[in-house]
Parts: sequence; structure tokens; C-alpha cells
Amino acid sequence: MFANMMNWIDARFPASKLWREHLSEYYAPKNLNFWYYFGAFAVFLLVLQIVTGIFLTMNYKPDADMAFASVEYIMRDVQWGWLIRYLHSTGASAFFIVIYLHMFRGLMYGSYKQPRELVWIFGMLIYVALMAEAFMGYLLPWGQMSYWGAQVIISLFGAVPFVGESLALWIRGDFVVADATLNRFFALHVIAIPLVLVALVVMHIIALHEVGSNNPDGVDIKKYKDENGKPLDGIPFHPYYTVKDIAGLTVFLFLFSLVVFFMPEGGGWFLEDANFVPADPLTTPEHIVPVWYFTPFYAILRAIPSVAGSSFPGVAAMGLAIVMLFLLPWLDRSPVRSVRYRGPYFRTALAIFVVTFVMLGFLGTQPATPTYTVMSQVFTILYFAFFILMPFYTKYDKDKPVPDRVTD
Amino acid sequence: MSSDIDTGKRRFLTAAASVVGGAGAAVVAIPFVASMAPSAKAEAAGAPVRVDISRLEPGQLLTVEWRGQPVWLFRRSPEIIADLATLNDQLRDPHSQQTSQQPQYAQNPGRSIRDDLMVMVGICTHLGCSPTFRPELAPADLGANWKGGFFCPCHGSRFDLAGRVYQGVPAPTNLVVPPYHFLGDDVVIVGESAEGAA
Repeated sequence: MFANMMNWIDARFPASKLWREHLSEYYAPKNLNFWYYFGAFAVFLLVLQIVTGIFLTMNYKPDADMAFASVEYIMRDVQWGWLIRYLHSTGASAFFIVIYLHMFRGLMYGSYKQPRELVWIFGMLIYVALMAEAFMGYLLPWGQMSYWGAQVIISLFGAVPFVGESLALWIRGDFVVADATLNRFFALHVIAIPLVLVALVVMHIIALHEVGSNNPDGVDIKKYKDENGKPLDGIPFHPYYTVKDIAGLTVFLFLFSLVVFFMPEGGGWFLEDANFVPADPLTTPEHIVPVWYFTPFYAILRAIPSVAGSSFPGVAAMGLAIVMLFLLPWLDRSPVRSVRYRGPYFRTALAIFVVTFVMLGFLGTQPATPTYTVMSQVFTILYFAFFILMPFYTKYDKDKPVPDRVTD
Repeated sequence: MSSDIDTGKRRFLTAAASVVGGAGAAVVAIPFVASMAPSAKAEAAGAPVRVDISRLEPGQLLTVEWRGQPVWLFRRSPEIIADLATLNDQLRDPHSQQTSQQPQYAQNPGRSIRDDLMVMVGICTHLGCSPTFRPELAPADLGANWKGGFFCPCHGSRFDLAGRVYQGVPAPTNLVVPPYHFLGDDVVIVGESAEGAA
């Protein structure tokens, strides 16, 4: 009966074929470790953000006069509204934690290297879309930090030579961040960017399944196949990794719930204190910082002084910091993927880069005192050095021999 | 059969259709892009604001809203006016040579029509935060040479009490002086110049 029904469907839509290609007969390396959970967590968070987002829009009002109050209404009067909103706000920060760890995994095991360049590029596009999504979402509660954060970021576009001012005006739709800005950010946040995100995630996964997953040893499991043409070091994604990822997800959900229920503001990191004050176009809060996931780039922005009456160099540096990540597959000249078999140069560079990224993130949250500014400048140089010097230190590195098969 | 196909003609027709279709798509994009520009209502909201300064004491700052932006009116004491000239060598543009930042009638040492009243758009020229009013002399966080002025909490830009930017800070230019004029001694109209003034 069921088989008949599946036959009927399969003759019209390739349901079983899709299931086999992407789950039951998608062979993933058998040695995927802890770091491989984060892709699955990211998919879960995307779904969570979309579902909670849909329910939030049922009560939220994208209007400068009503937005702040409607969020408070959700928090106080809508049944379980507080839970839905905290899931959404905590989900945003969790999304970035997961994505940063996911990207770090790629960096460690060389997952961006040939033949996975497009997997990496699609992933980077997801990261950029996610930043846009988070930035626009943060304006919606219409608190002080929402307002002034948006004012600063939109002004970045104003620093572009010649067309900048008109561009910033066009983005805002008014001379300052105003109702028009809020309304359009709402439109982009709830429909335009989520559509782009979902499409990119689909492409990310299709590209991944075309070339196959990398693994902590960075070796190609397709080289050794059994008599049926299945990789000897591969196991079907379903049931092995679906079950493993679900088990991992339960642990993740413990930690996630801990934040949602006991510290939804994340100590002022996930929801900033100043955002509990309604937006006031006449006063900037004393200490304005972006949400934590933007701070490394914000520190780079602040580190670069203006040149010849233009703050464009800082803005350009911030943009370049992201462009560099896109170029990674072509900057790395080493034949070895995984950090396990890389030489001392790459290992040292990666360690410095991790410290640099964390330190820039910290500096981006601090006031711009002279000491911190100098530190930001030093770490900005280190950040770019990691990428610009990569063709050299990866080429001349003393890499170790890579095993033929996966090791554990 | 296949030898009858004129591939050159086929390629030409495909290219021609693509170009025409592309041009059509570009034209259709115009209304969508234009719809995001400031609406007629937003354009009209830039009406001038009338401010009574009769009760503004020396050293006091009054913030009013014009075009949704904060505009500061600050009454300067004779000491403050005298201090302005002593700061010149620490400033990026002490003589207001960047003409886009003020109307011509405010291109003078005090960047104002009258020395005792500063009128300034309170938006940092770096990234649009509103700087904090810091009138006190030599506070711990701003250094011993601070003669009072405006400090931007976002990125640490500093301006003196004529809105002139200090050297070595992220803000590239002096604060903007909006068009304004006086009606008698005590009323300022922010948002429009006196008739005949440039």
C-alpha cells in the first residue's frame, strides 16, 4: 500500500531519489567530529528563527510610533509572547555563535579548498545575508540602540565617495533614520532576506553534496571504494549522522534553553541595556556598541583614521575584512587541507588569527580610548596579515605527510 | 535537416531579444528603486523651526528638532569666545574652509552669525551619532587641554564650541551649521537663511 503510493509519487516527483541522494545514500566520512555539529545546528536555528519570526509578526507593528510599545505588548500581554520573542532574540545570537564555529571548522580543516570553493562562497554569502538580516532585525524594537546602531551603519554608506550621501538617503528614505526606514527594514527582514537565505542554504547544501563532505583529516574518501562503489570510509548520512546530530541538538538545546529562560538578555550582550529605552533621535546613548557579532568588524572600522577629509578608508577596510574571507580558497597555496597535517607556519598563523578575531571583538565593545585604539590598529594589521601573507606561509610551510585513509 | 539551421541568425535573434528584454527589465526597476527615495511627505517635513533664545544663559545648550535631526543652540560666554582662537593649531579646519559645512555667512572664527550664539546640527560628520555636550574644563577622560566642546560617544570624535573638528579623530569635517537667521534679538529661525543671504 505504502510502496504503491511511493511509486505513484516517484513517477511524478523524485521524492525517493532526493531522499537517497541527500540522506540515505549520501556518504559522509565516518570520522566527522564535534566540529561537524554546527552545520546541523545552523539549519535548526534557521527554522526556529523563521517560525518564531512568523509568530512575532502577528503582533508586531512596524511603525515608529507603535513599534516599541508593540514589542512590550508582546512581552507582557500576548500569551507566551515573551517566550517567542526571547527564542527569536536568543536565536539570533546563537545563530552567529554557531556560524562562527562552523566557519572556524572550515578554516581548521581546509574545507574551503578545492573542490569545495563554491561551498565556501555560498557559505560566505549566507554569512553576509545573515549579517544584513540581523542588522535589520535589530532596528525593529525601535529602542535607543536599535536607532543609533542603524544610524551609524547606514552612515557607513554615506562615506562612499561621490554617491555616498544620496545612497544613505535612499536607504533611509528620509533625512534621518525614521518611520520610512523602520517600515522598509521590516519588509526586508521578514520576506526579502529570508527568501535569499533559504535559497543560499539550498545551494550551499547542493554544492556540498555534489563534492562530498570534508573531514578532520582532510583526505578524500572517494579514492577508496568497495565493490559497490561506496566509499570505504563513508557512512550513510541517514541514519548515522541524522541520529548523531539530533543527539547533539539535545545538548545544544539544554544550553540554549538556559539562556532563553534564565538570562535572555545574555548579560547585556544579546539584548543591550540601552534598547530598553525608546528611540530618541535627539540623544545618542553614552556608550553605543553594536551587538557582539558585529564588533570585530566595528573595531576595524574605528581603527582606521580618516584620510584627506574622508572616513571612507575605515569603511573600505571593514568591507575588505569580509572580502578577504571570500578569497580564502585562492589565498591558501598548501596542498594539505587539515590543520592536523599542516606545518608550523599555518598553525601559528591560525592561532594568531583566532586571538586577533576575539580581541577585535572585545575592542569593538569598548570605548575608543587611545590605548584601545592603538590595540585595534595592531590587531587590524594582524587580521589582514593572516590573509595577505597566506600565499607565502602556506607555500613554504613544512607540511606533514597526509594519510591515505581517515585515521579514526 | 540540421544543416538548414542558420545558427548565426539564431544567435543574433537571441542576443537582440535578450538586450531588449534586459532594457525592459531595467526600466521596470526604476519605479521600485525610486519608491525607496524620500517620499513627498518626508521632503515636506523640512520646514523651518522657530526658537526663542531669550532665556538661554551663557554656557547653556538648547536642543531643538529640525528635519528630525537635533539642532543645538549654545550661548557662548566671552571667555569661551576668547578660547576659540587658541585652539586653532589643534584643529583640522580651523578657518572653516570646507564650504559645504556652513552657509557663507557662518564662515568666520565662531562659525556663527552672532559670536554669542552657536547654531549647529548635532550630528557627527563621521557616522551620524549625536555628540555629547562636554562643557567642563579638563575632565579626566578628555585630557588637560580640553576647553569644553562636544565628544562623540560612538567613535571618539571631538569638536570645539564652534563645532570645529579636532585633528586625529575619525570625523573628517567640522559639524554642519544649518541655514538660520534672527528675528529680532531673541528669536532664531532654524532651517532657512535670511532673505538675500547666501
